[in-house]
Amino acid sequence: MLAKRIIPCLDVKDGRVVKGTNFQGLRDMADPVEMARFYNDSGADELVFYDITASAEGRGLFTDILRRVASEIFIPLTVGGGIRTVDDFDRVLKCGADKVSVNSGAIADPSVIGAAARKYGDQCVVLSMDVKRVDGQFRLFAKGGREDTGIDAIDWAVRGVAAGAGEIVLNSIDTDGVKSGFDLEMLDALASKVNVPIIASGGAGKMEDFAELFTHPGIDAGLAASIFHSKQVDIKELKRYLREQGVEMRI
Amino acid sequence: MIAIVDYGVGNLFSLSSSLKALGLECEVTRSPERLRAAERIIFPGVGAFGDARAKLEDTGLVPVLREEAQRKPLMGICLGMQLLFDKGFEYGEHNGLGLIPGQVADLRPELNDKSIKVPHMGWNSLHIVKDDPLFKYFKDGEYVYYVHSFYARDCAESTLGTSEYGGVAVTGAARNGNVWGVQFHPEKSGDAGLRLLRAFAEL
Repeated sequence: MLAKRIIPCLDVKDGRVVKGTNFQGLRDMADPVEMARFYNDSGADELVFYDITASAEGRGLFTDILRRVASEIFIPLTVGGGIRTVDDFDRVLKCGADKVSVNSGAIADPSVIGAAARKYGDQCVVLSMDVKRVDGQFRLFAKGGREDTGIDAIDWAVRGVAAGAGEIVLNSIDTDGVKSGFDLEMLDALASKVNVPIIASGGAGKMEDFAELFTHPGIDAGLAASIFHSKQVDIKELKRYLREQGVEMRI
Repeated sequence: MIAIVDYGVGNLFSLSSSLKALGLECEVTRSPERLRAAERIIFPGVGAFGDARAKLEDTGLVPVLREEAQRKPLMGICLGMQLLFDKGFEYGEHNGLGLIPGQVADLRPELNDKSIKVPHMGWNSLHIVKDDPLFKYFKDGEYVYYVHSFYARDCAESTLGTSEYGGVAVTGAARNGNVWGVQFHPEKSGDAGLRLLRAFAEL
């Protein structure tokens, strides 16, 4: 049986890992290669790297880091941040990424999903979305959660999957950084409409939040950043705990 | 030296990095001389069966691989494994290399529950059904990383290990003589995968 996945997410800016609360007030955390090594040894099932640098110089630093991580960490690596074109896919795949996540880039030009899927396969294309409740609707936000697109997020996901997205990361802006649990209502709404793996993001504060998440059968993975970086939750301990709760876990 | 066959299919960065991390000498190549000089050959691949088969044909390496498979250990990974079988049915019917008896079919119609997601993507435990030197450092039931929608079947004789998915015993590892194949990605399967690559290097 397929195991549920635990995924730490590393936001990288100017060569360092950062994590904000509600996307604001970023705090510097650590060296990404060190952290990747630490998480690999802790039993992380996959690593997600988001490049949140805007400058060309920072982008170069990021691909160097990626190459270093991929040379010594042998678990799946997903890379996102600033992905707009098939050339961007190419750039990070050549540095050792296995999957590439698109977010604002796909909102600006949805055709990138299909173009990348045709070239690299559906399994390579991850549609990442930042979603917030607005007027009783799950609304898709762009630009790191700053801009309301007016688009219904569930519709967007359905269209993305039809175009070739092989996996979805759903980040709830409403629960992000709040640490009171994943946004199960939002996740269920998505899971009832798409049949690709769903990675839940935003809201994990303690081990029990993951146990509750995985009672929802449509969810394949739980992603978090700060609680892992701060060692508030230890991945090794979390996976043992989840297995005791009857969740299929790679240990 | 381990030769990694380069025929323009897939990303070989992680595979060569993982061999290097194990201290193994390897070379990504499409030169017949280098494949003949190698002690072992790894035959990778991602994408669709027919397309990859055509690209392999274009390299002219098919007779070289067939010959070398008689002389030294050769291991296919993921789509590389699938190409070792007799036939594949992804977007039409295509001939494989015929180095392991069996065929490669769509996983979808075989699943016992239509809500089960395809591709079969993620960590699944590999159950050893036939002991083999490839498993020298590998424990029964360890997790390996899969990404695929088609699988090798009608190959019970050659099957070394399987992973259960939606009621299907997915062929995870197979062997016929000098030719091994693994459906999962050992270069993405953490420590368990590295140990399997180490065992391959010692065959």
